Amino acid sequence: MKGLRKAIGLIVAAGLLSSTAQAAISDDEIRIGYLADMSGTYRDLSGPGGLEALKMAVEDFGGQVNGKKIVLFNADDLNKPDVGANTVRQWIDEKNVDVVTGLVATSVVMAVNKIVEQENKLALISGSASSALTNEFCSPNHIHWVYDTYALSNGTAHAVLQEGGKDWFILAADYAFGHALEADLTKVIEAEGGKVVGKVRHPFPSNDFSSYILQAQGSGAEVVALANAGADMVNALQTASQFGLSQSGQKLAGMVVFLNDVHSMGLEVTQGLMLTTGWYWDMNDETREWAQRYHKRVGRMPTMAQAGVYSSTIHYLNAVKATDSDDSQVVRSKMIETPINDMFAKNGKIREDGRMVHDMYLAQVKTPAESKSEWDLYNILRTIPGEQAYRSLADSQCKLIKN
Amino acid sequence: MSDTIKNPEQQQRVRVERERRIAASRRNKIFFAVFIVIALVAPFGIYPVFLMKLLCFALFACAFNLLLGYAGLLSFGHAAFLATGGYITGFVLTEYSGLGTELGILAGTAASAALGLGFGLLAIRRQGIYFAMITLALAQLVFFMFMQSSFTGGENGLQGVPRGQLFGFIDLQDNLNMYYFVLAIFLFGFLLIQRTIHSPYGQVLKAIRENEPRAISLGYNVDAHKLLAFVLSAALTGLAGATKTVVFQLASLTDAHWHMSGEVILMTLLGGVGTVLGPFVGASIVVTLQTYLSNSPLGEWVHVILGVIFVLCVLMFRAGIVGWFSKLIQRNFK
Repeated sequence: MKGLRKAIGLIVAAGLLSSTAQAAISDDEIRIGYLADMSGTYRDLSGPGGLEALKMAVEDFGGQVNGKKIVLFNADDLNKPDVGANTVRQWIDEKNVDVVTGLVATSVVMAVNKIVEQENKLALISGSASSALTNEFCSPNHIHWVYDTYALSNGTAHAVLQEGGKDWFILAADYAFGHALEADLTKVIEAEGGKVVGKVRHPFPSNDFSSYILQAQGSGAEVVALANAGADMVNALQTASQFGLSQSGQKLAGMVVFLNDVHSMGLEVTQGLMLTTGWYWDMNDETREWAQRYHKRVGRMPTMAQAGVYSSTIHYLNAVKATDSDDSQVVRSKMIETPINDMFAKNGKIREDGRMVHDMYLAQVKTPAESKSEWDLYNILRTIPGEQAYRSLADSQCKLIKN
Repeated sequence: MSDTIKNPEQQQRVRVERERRIAASRRNKIFFAVFIVIALVAPFGIYPVFLMKLLCFALFACAFNLLLGYAGLLSFGHAAFLATGGYITGFVLTEYSGLGTELGILAGTAASAALGLGFGLLAIRRQGIYFAMITLALAQLVFFMFMQSSFTGGENGLQGVPRGQLFGFIDLQDNLNMYYFVLAIFLFGFLLIQRTIHSPYGQVLKAIRENEPRAISLGYNVDAHKLLAFVLSAALTGLAGATKTVVFQLASLTDAHWHMSGEVILMTLLGGVGTVLGPFVGASIVVTLQTYLSNSPLGEWVHVILGVIFVLCVLMFRAGIVGWFSKLIQRNFK
């Protein structure tokens, strides 16, 4: 009997040991899912290029962490929340995916976040713009890496005001997103002694911007702010260029403009546009080195979202390595503890609300004469310190922050 | 009495026709039994949430087919009903979490039916392209309303809709329970449509589709028939949208966008318009391709592949896959 009891004891002990070992890195694999728009509007912002950046991060880690293999899954969310949510749920239910990266369209990201929170996994958001993700929609299960609407509009407004643009005209998309941008902008402009001399809202989406641009020209404002995104922003810019807005001395400030937008519209149209970016490939040797490596694989220069996928994955894998665990909360607190110092950000910090705070940059689009190569598109005018660029925790409505 | 008047040739034809109909109905019964068995065991082999999505879209396409296939009305605004069902259910379940899931779904369905009545009253006065344009215009109004109003969460949509409990004791958070619930809803919708099509009312609808002036001259109130079909279709579409919201726990603008109205036309035409199983088959193909292609290296080509399939289908089998298949059966196994 004694022998049997001993044997049972041993078996139980062995079982416990092996189960604690499993709790460290589940399934002995680190499973990463990449979900993004691979075929629609946001393809160039994140899309297949972001997947390539993710692969680079995994390869730089040798394909494994502490001897545990890194496995990738990827899917196209088609910009549909139900498709994205379904994919992520399936990844978690059937493949026990530990972390989801990419994540572009805000509606998709919000749907995915809910599932990730329910299942206590982790999401690293690089593509999405909405600052609500770390405000009223914050959760202990996601980290917003690259930029948000607050940083873009505030950063640009601050910086342009300091450059001397006092009178503003705001062209905003007539839906919640445009209204939020417009409100953020107005607040900053008025707080810093500027004035909004006129504003107009256009239906979303719009094709004909001529009357709005004429109003902007007639307003006598020094700065015309475009509080819209995507195709609307492109249409507005093209109309502004046809109407010679910047030639007549007015400055254009884009709130949500990405490198791929500028590249596809061309410098003829976009020259002189002021914008805020979270990262630019041609800032220093480190960014150039990484961007060239990326360019060899993809044939394009990386956008900030794609660089963010790389940076966030490396930071995540480092945290997994340090803690030898892929438990979402263990890894998340390690990620928060460790400052981010890589080609993407210097001294970046992840806040308790999931916001990765890092320096942003005010950029102006070069003129065709200034540009030396296909991707030589921005002049970086100044650095906006992270604390200034992002919404301060004092104003936060996040449930994780006790005010 | 009338049989005795007919000559032997006619009698022969009637008999053949009757036999064919009996054979067809037997075939349908067998198909249906096989379908039920497959549907009952499917979640053990295939991911249940995917199956639920498939059933929701199948119900959507079946409801659409009731209108296009049997009343000959091409609505280009069905996304509005799908979204209304989804948003109302999502809103009700989020705000009044004490309500059972079934009541939430009923609320969404009722709202869609009411909207369908409004749309129908305006739209059925016109035929063909004008009908399609009016429904499209009304659906766009609804789209913008959903985008601007606060209860829908604007372009972000509603998230975290609780699945809740069915009749207060079946936990729907469990995927299997949810699946059988969705299957029951689908079967209810499907059988209701079946019953409608084969009722005298369904016969009148077909008569209207074939020749509206003649139906009028026979004394049928064509507008009332069409309106009823429209409302029924809108309500079932709303039911599909409401169920979809509970499955995914979210409602979004994607459902209200006119792309969705186009997608359901694609599903119905692909499967076979005016056939019983066609919409189900079409929806299965489209949803399966979307889901599995988006997970594959071919992901970027989803839209292209769907487009090519659609073009091929329109060029080669105009009756749709099911229509083509049943013709094949008829030709070979009389």
